[in-house]
Amino acid sequence: MIRLSAITRTFHMGGQAVYALNGINLHIASGEYVSIMGPSGSGKSTLLNIIGLLDRPDSGRYELDDRLITDLSETEQAQIRREKIGFVFQSFHLIPRLTAAENIELPLILSGMPQEQRQIRVDEALQAFELKQRASHRPAELSGGQRQRVAIARATIMQPSVILADEPTGNLDHQIGAEVMALLENLHHGGTTLIVVTHDRELGARAHRQIAMRDGKIMTDQADDAG
Amino acid sequence: MTLADTLQTSFKTVLSYRIRSLLIVLAMALGVAAVVVLTALGDGARNYVINQFSSIGTNLLVVLPGRAETSGSFLGAVLGQTPRDLTLKDAQLLGRLPQVRRYAPLNVGAAELSGANRLREVTVLGSNADLIPIRHMKLAQGGFLAHGTERNAQIVLGAKIADEFFPRSQAIGQRVRLGDSRFMVSGVLAAQGESMGFNTDEIVIIPIDYAQAMFNTTSLFRILIEAKSHNDIEPAKQAILATLKQSHDGEEDITVITQDAILATFDRILHTMTLAVAGIAAISLIVAGILVMNVMLVAVNQRTAEIGLLKAIGATSSDIRRLFFAEAVWLSFAGAILGFLLGQFGSLMLRLAYPQLPAWAPVWASIAGIVVALVTGIAASLWPANQAARLDAVKALSKR
Ligand SMILES: Nc1ncnc2c1ncn2[C@@H]1O[C@H](COP(=O)(O)OP(=O)(O)OP(=O)(O)O)[C@@H](O)[C@H]1O
Ligand SMILES: [Mg+2]
Repeated sequence: MIRLSAITRTFHMGGQAVYALNGINLHIASGEYVSIMGPSGSGKSTLLNIIGLLDRPDSGRYELDDRLITDLSETEQAQIRREKIGFVFQSFHLIPRLTAAENIELPLILSGMPQEQRQIRVDEALQAFELKQRASHRPAELSGGQRQRVAIARATIMQPSVILADEPTGNLDHQIGAEVMALLENLHHGGTTLIVVTHDRELGARAHRQIAMRDGKIMTDQADDAG
Repeated sequence: MTLADTLQTSFKTVLSYRIRSLLIVLAMALGVAAVVVLTALGDGARNYVINQFSSIGTNLLVVLPGRAETSGSFLGAVLGQTPRDLTLKDAQLLGRLPQVRRYAPLNVGAAELSGANRLREVTVLGSNADLIPIRHMKLAQGGFLAHGTERNAQIVLGAKIADEFFPRSQAIGQRVRLGDSRFMVSGVLAAQGESMGFNTDEIVIIPIDYAQAMFNTTSLFRILIEAKSHNDIEPAKQAILATLKQSHDGEEDITVITQDAILATFDRILHTMTLAVAGIAAISLIVAGILVMNVMLVAVNQRTAEIGLLKAIGATSSDIRRLFFAEAVWLSFAGAILGFLLGQFGSLMLRLAYPQLPAWAPVWASIAGIVVALVTGIAASLWPANQAARLDAVKALSKR
């Protein structure tokens, strides 16, 4: 459960204030599938970063699973990111010198899980995302779709309750993008909250709830009856 | 993140930046190796000099005319002015002191040696029979002023001179002329080579009376004294000073140098030199430390997006600080170990090239080299690691 109340985030650029988020009120229940759309600079990424605890709002309240996030220390926030949140980025953000398997393993290492258990979890993930053959390949040796699958495997390896995807198909062609979306939607079917930022109306329309943003504000918030 | 995982992860990172890591390790290693080799050289030189000094005698005291300006400094005595002469009588007085095992009066000069149809100039030592044991000289053949022959005109030839004049080792019993006097060869010194700049292979030794007559003097150049034991050295020195003050009408106009004091002086000088050399070598370690800092700063800059990603997947600031810190620890550690091995190898090469030089690096220098490498490497990484930890996650992620 995500509850944002009167969230603002302001950046100062050369003496000028940019209101990236300007009074956001938003409630997202567990297991929802939400898309966020809007023109460039409307604050979509900023909103996602705040939900994902990568960034702190300047004012407002943020509750995640009934915990007031805004009061937590840096270390506590890192722990929540590690355990409850999975990020998927447009540019994958894989570490180039690590193999696919090692990239997927990273969150487990950060959590302090013992080597043997990590091995089992990584093997399962490689299997689930059809990356078994690519386990020891480095990102440079993988296709865009494979890279994003590695990134999604990494984002889900800790079994987070929320997946935040910021234009996950932005660097992929249409068909591969659709496959990646299908993977993410699969996770949602498994009960994970899925929040996707996208420019693609067609992809956005697949979500059960569509939020449109402009100038740091939520303009419309529509839920499908089917959702 | 566990400590083992931090170390393992950073170790993999170090391995994957192969060239970069190799260069840092090499820079570190050369610094440590320089410390090890240079201190091995310095300490080797020190031990070499000490060995040489020890080889000229044991519990040795040297009495010379003239007063040292400052006690303990033998240079003042060497340069001292208008001394009252030391005489054979002085030497005999000292020989009766209870702390003294034996004594040898000494005069030094040069004269022409002829015999067996040969002629050459030689350095002449005039002394008594005890000179040989006091100065740790060894006779290859014969003797010198053996009991009952104290007043004979005997001469001992250095090994090289004996070889030159009497090639087929028939020197003993031969008659030679030194200056205007005739001598009978009573002994030949064993070849010893150069020791403290004094080549005993090219000297001859004659009785002190003959030497004084030959050089037309009643004074002595030195009196060499051997104390009965190491503990007797200092009492012997006091006794010598007191005895000669009395016989010189109450004037303290002689200097007594103990071998210990000379050794201590040289030891101090050479030890200081070793320290200075080690200090200079250590500067290269500081330079290596700056290199580590520079490389780590570049690494933080290069891997900004990676740091952002690590934060996004739940790394804490201290996880990231530790990861970068551990990288520097690995690099410094590898550099220190490699440098130590290189240094030991270099010292071995030195010992092989100069067998006389005991070029062993002192333990303190090896430890100091390794510790300084580790400390500078690690200290140099603190700031870059902190920069990495403090990066703003969102900004870091947006950097490509
Ligand atoms: N670190 C920052 N410093 C200054 N301004 C920023 C920063 N991050 C975002 N902004 C500004 O805040 C506003 C919202 O940015 P945000 O990245 O959230 O937009 P977006 O909707 O994700 O755009 P896009 O579709 O192009 O990704 C923009 O005007 C942007 O310029
Ligand atoms: Mg964006």
